[in-house]
Amino acid sequence: MKVLKNLFTCLVMAAWVVPVIATAGDELVVYSARNEQLIRPLFDAYQAKTGTNIRFITDKAGPLLQRLKAEGASTPADLLITVDAGNLWRASREGVLLSVSSRILKRNISSHLRDPHNQWFGLSVRARTIVYSTQRVQPKELSTYEDLASAKWKGRLCLRTSKKVYNQSMVAMMIARLGEKATEKIVRGWVDNLATDVFSNDRAVIKAIDTGQCDVGIVNTYYYGRLKKKKPDLAAALYWPNQKGRGVHINISGAGVTRYAKNPKAAIKFLEWLSTRPAQELFANGNMEYPANPAVKPHPLVAAWGGFKQDKLNVSRAGELQARAVMVMDRAGYR
Amino acid sequence: MSRSVKTNSLPRDLGFSGSLDVGVWQWRLASLFIAAIVAIPILIIFSAWGEPVSAVWTHLANTVLPDLLRNTLVLIVGVGSGVFVLGVGLAWLTTMCEFPGRRLFEWALMLPLAVPAYVLAFVAIGFLDFSGPVQEWLRSVFGRSVWFPRVRSEGGVILVMTLAFYPYVYMLARTAFLGQGRNVLDTGRVLGLNSWVSFYRISLPMARPAIAAGVALALMEALADFGAVSIFNYDTFTTAIYKSWFGFFDLAVAAQLASLLLLFVGVALVAEKRMRGRARYDVSGKLAREQRYRLTGWHAIAAFSIAATVMLLAFVIPVLQLLMWVIEAAAQDLDTRYIRFFFNTVFLGALAAGLTVFFAVLLAYTYRLSPERFTRAAIRFSTLGYALPGSVLAVGIMLSFVWLDKQIASTVSALFDISMTQVLTGTLLALLLAYVVRFMAVAYSPVDSAFERIKPSLLQAARSLGASNWQILWRISIPMLRAGTFSAALLVFVEVMKEMPATLLLRPFGWDTLATRIFEMTAEGEWERAALPALTLVIAGLIPVVMLVRRSSSKWS
Repeated sequence: MKVLKNLFTCLVMAAWVVPVIATAGDELVVYSARNEQLIRPLFDAYQAKTGTNIRFITDKAGPLLQRLKAEGASTPADLLITVDAGNLWRASREGVLLSVSSRILKRNISSHLRDPHNQWFGLSVRARTIVYSTQRVQPKELSTYEDLASAKWKGRLCLRTSKKVYNQSMVAMMIARLGEKATEKIVRGWVDNLATDVFSNDRAVIKAIDTGQCDVGIVNTYYYGRLKKKKPDLAAALYWPNQKGRGVHINISGAGVTRYAKNPKAAIKFLEWLSTRPAQELFANGNMEYPANPAVKPHPLVAAWGGFKQDKLNVSRAGELQARAVMVMDRAGYR
Repeated sequence: MSRSVKTNSLPRDLGFSGSLDVGVWQWRLASLFIAAIVAIPILIIFSAWGEPVSAVWTHLANTVLPDLLRNTLVLIVGVGSGVFVLGVGLAWLTTMCEFPGRRLFEWALMLPLAVPAYVLAFVAIGFLDFSGPVQEWLRSVFGRSVWFPRVRSEGGVILVMTLAFYPYVYMLARTAFLGQGRNVLDTGRVLGLNSWVSFYRISLPMARPAIAAGVALALMEALADFGAVSIFNYDTFTTAIYKSWFGFFDLAVAAQLASLLLLFVGVALVAEKRMRGRARYDVSGKLAREQRYRLTGWHAIAAFSIAATVMLLAFVIPVLQLLMWVIEAAAQDLDTRYIRFFFNTVFLGALAAGLTVFFAVLLAYTYRLSPERFTRAAIRFSTLGYALPGSVLAVGIMLSFVWLDKQIASTVSALFDISMTQVLTGTLLALLLAYVVRFMAVAYSPVDSAFERIKPSLLQAARSLGASNWQILWRISIPMLRAGTFSAALLVFVEVMKEMPATLLLRPFGWDTLATRIFEMTAEGEWERAALPALTLVIAGLIPVVMLVRRSSSKWS
């Protein structure tokens, strides 16, 4: 009992003292909504290259943003990394990010993948595209996202839940392009065409197509890549829609320097490094996403799916219109 | 029915404070302090009503809210009756009856506690849904048109939650049944009641505080759950809360909705207490082994099969499926870091369990010492947080810590001219306090229902012999509360190990646990790779369960 008590006391003391001392020196603190297994390799590589010590916590974007906001000037965080343009847009709206003017970042990252006010920068691109059954669908039957609302797909469509931000962003970008009314009609058409209740993840959508529960769906490409790697005889393939029009819907994972960063110079340097070739290759290869730097090629397996035209509308629109998109989906009965 | 268990005519409102409310102000002070720590984050969430009511409300009310309310109601009724039947039934079987395998099931039936509901949910869907192995096999044998019940359905989610949450009721009901004296049942038998009638007329009403506490915990967990329901895509009230926050970026509406949920739970709990009325539940004596009904023939077979089926569905199959996924997809993830994850998880669980149960005993004792209303109300209020969705409460806790940090920093800089950053947020202490806040209800319920079974006259006698409040607590109450505090500690231990949102938001840098590993994998849909931390979590969860079993078997059988 006594040993336990002493141990307890020591630990409590250590827990109190350590964080206070350790904030000095050349180190960066990162709040990341990108998963540990996807982001850690980048931290490790940078640490090995520059000796900068990087400490981080991971969580969902919402709680991390609340923490940044609440901590204000006393935040330990230098950098916020998150997935989905809407979350980045929200962070800049909440005033927790710093405007960064960097020639390197402007050169490396295409303008539609970064904040017009330079508060955040896309670091990897995620294409959300159509996946179809190679057994029951001919690619020439496919054309656009909008077409999936037409009657020929009745009882053949599988979708992921509207609660996932990827779908919210996709519908938001449709509102930006087509207007709210037209978008709502399309979403209603999708809901009418569903083969089964919406799924909780993209993987399940692809597996449902593979096993014959439905014929077409909309997913992020890297989920397809992962599954294909594991199961080469997957009876599903990717299709690039809207190639004659606006292009494939894309989203980003990205980062911004926090407004009250203790070490803004080091944070900007790290952010710049993230946009360069070695980091972009790690980004792209680790999760089979597309690099945000156009000079860097995607993973060979990804490149094999062919090139495509992407929607060049600035991704920040997804954040601006997200609330309206959720309302459209609620009204259309898209769960 | 309450008449049959009434053994004391003291008016209930007095608790056993009749002759005990001497020198209680220190207790009141300490308890109010603890209650404040727990209550402040909850109050922060209530304070969201100070924000203007936004348009999101009208939108929700016009579109999804009616369905969500209906779904939530169905879930409460379904899971509530499910855990009641399973929990009480199994507890009765393993305490009052003798059948083959009883000694094994007695403790094994607690094991599902170590399987988080979201893990059970993703195993159930991965295993049983259209593209899972079961239906694939059926199609390969019987052709494409083979019928299978819909897995992602109302029934599916209720079944999964029942299997995940019945151990709360099972544990607490079991403790209560074991504490029922043999003389009570003897009386029943002498009066010619058969086993069913004496269960229904004597044991069940006497165990009511414990059963109610267990069902309340299970329902609060079901109401707060977001993991399992989102895997099933079953929209409940929590869905609206998260939709407001993550979809509409409107945390105020999310907090307003969450506080309504809390209000509902508070009213339900008060109503249950009121309905118990003035009945008292103090008992004496212990159940001895020879007291059990010996089941034979098909009764024994039925008892065995029921217990075995529950075990199979809630524990064995899920664990085997996890094991298969680990071998298939996650074996390469296993590295030495897992030693640290494992250690962190167990360490946090044990420390938080000790701390929370200590506070809970203090609160429950003060509640009984103090006749004063404000203290009692504060104590009751502090046990509501469990029904809040984890992420919402985590933000409430974080906000209160950050606020406190700022006060400390400004005081220090005013006094000593030192600028300092955070002293609380991001420390282990903050995380432990967060667990106390989140799981106070989990510890309080078993402790409180154990207190209900102590005869007030016993403590009054101690007082009349000159014992101080400390002595009464330490030398009389705590030994009698042993079973209750063990249950409480076990529950908190396991809950902390499974806890995700507060751990994610408030852990010190580098303090990853098994639950945060599960989050890392599932957040990007890598369910099968999540099997490794999930399985490790189940194994870690066995530690407290086995500890409890060893303690209890040496005391009880």
